[in-house]
Amino acid sequence: MGLLSDIGRFLLMLKGMFKRPEKASMYWKELMHQCVEIGIGSLGIVAIISVFIGAVSTIQTAYQLVSPLVPLTTIAQIVRDTVILEFAPTLVCIVLAGVAGSRIASELGNMRVSEQIDALEIMGINTKTYLILPKIAAAMLMIPLLVMIAMALGIWGGRLAGTAAGIISPNIFDKGLAADFLPYNVFFALVKGYVFSFIISSVPAYYGYYVRGGALEIGRASTKAVVVSCVLILFADYILSALLL
Amino acid sequence: MIEVKNIQKKFGDKIVIENVSAMMKPGQCNLIIGASGSGKTVLMKCMVGLLTPDQGEICYQGESYFSMSQEQRTSIRKEIGMLFQGSALFDSLTVEQNIMFPLDMFTTDSDSQKLKRVNEVLERVNLKDVNRKFPAELSGGMKKRVALARAVVLNPKYLFCDEPNSGLDPQTSLVIDKLIKDLTVEFNITTVVNTHDMNSVMETGDYILYMYQGKKEWEGTRKDIIFSKNQLLNDFIFASEFLKDAKDMRMLEETGKMPNVRNMDELTRP
Repeated sequence: MGLLSDIGRFLLMLKGMFKRPEKASMYWKELMHQCVEIGIGSLGIVAIISVFIGAVSTIQTAYQLVSPLVPLTTIAQIVRDTVILEFAPTLVCIVLAGVAGSRIASELGNMRVSEQIDALEIMGINTKTYLILPKIAAAMLMIPLLVMIAMALGIWGGRLAGTAAGIISPNIFDKGLAADFLPYNVFFALVKGYVFSFIISSVPAYYGYYVRGGALEIGRASTKAVVVSCVLILFADYILSALLL
Repeated sequence: MIEVKNIQKKFGDKIVIENVSAMMKPGQCNLIIGASGSGKTVLMKCMVGLLTPDQGEICYQGESYFSMSQEQRTSIRKEIGMLFQGSALFDSLTVEQNIMFPLDMFTTDSDSQKLKRVNEVLERVNLKDVNRKFPAELSGGMKKRVALARAVVLNPKYLFCDEPNSGLDPQTSLVIDKLIKDLTVEFNITTVVNTHDMNSVMETGDYILYMYQGKKEWEGTRKDIIFSKNQLLNDFIFASEFLKDAKDMRMLEETGKMPNVRNMDELTRP
């Protein structure tokens, strides 16, 4: 019953977002602000994770490919495909659920508890449109871009680690990268990026917007938002893989 | 003018407000008083449309708020200013941006016109050199004054104040009360104040609605309070011996049996 009521309220929240903005320029300003918060604000952690994930993938793949019959270019191919198909979209989005998701939930939760949302409502502003829509739109604009950056940095990290450890030369790595490359994999990763970015922004927005109580409840809502987002990301990952691959 | 007609509100099985009616007139401070949990805030939230009553009507200029279309409600809300108990200033915006926010959202004024208006209202609430400060850098009283400035920046017809003195020292409370009273008279605003500050009641209450356990127990003016025989009201307002003495003194003043010692001009006149 609780789950059904949550789903119903979540859908009503989404429906409530699509109202005519009071003043387009203010909404545009808020969208740009959220793009900076979500996009630029998460760039550092995305870059660090991507480089190290790529580096670790190269070393571990090389460690497992012990047969002299397997060409070294295979390492680059495996690193490329795992980074593009899984690490860049899924792992990065799980991290972003923690970084951006908890920020969204706690920001909205704090606004709710300190009556800032009520203050906006009293002014005649549709708070769902003004506060939630720009966050979801910004996430759907910026997170796929972050996924693309994560792909590039992950592969670069793998190349760097392979060269530094003497596992594979840059030339062979580059040759492996170009071999049997499927552009569809990038498309698939971007589809995942869009779906996950919707989850990362809308689920925490829901938990933050409807929080009741005080500081303790904001913390709980934030944690719940991250946990639910992560589970939904993994579930959506499975569904998308089953449908699109 | 705001009319409250037979409002009832329940949360689950608990009746929080039961058949409350009142008439709030423009140009006067309409006070809702009562102990914590008596339903004051719920009544105010019903009046501004943040909560929907189960029964009854809230009428703005004779028109029922809950029968209005969404557009009409939005336009009424643009005429409402509200001062929240916790100020409800936007944390991420400076004082100037906080006050400018309603102007940005609802006017087409130029930046210089908006800034001029912001400075006007800041001056009106006696605040200087705080434009660039964030809410976290302000004292409780300053936050209340900034919130009041934001509430009146669009020249509202209706001003709602939810416990404007909570958490403030007596002197700052007086300043806030005076500001609310002055703005109400100056701009002929229909002001509704939720309070349990007895000083506010006796200094600003043009119309007072006393709520007890969700019901309207008493209504009248601040003068009527002095002579009221309502035991619940007297127990609530004049809870201490000091306040009881103050009431007796005020009663003697009002009946002319004792000079008004607070009016020094009158006493020192030759």
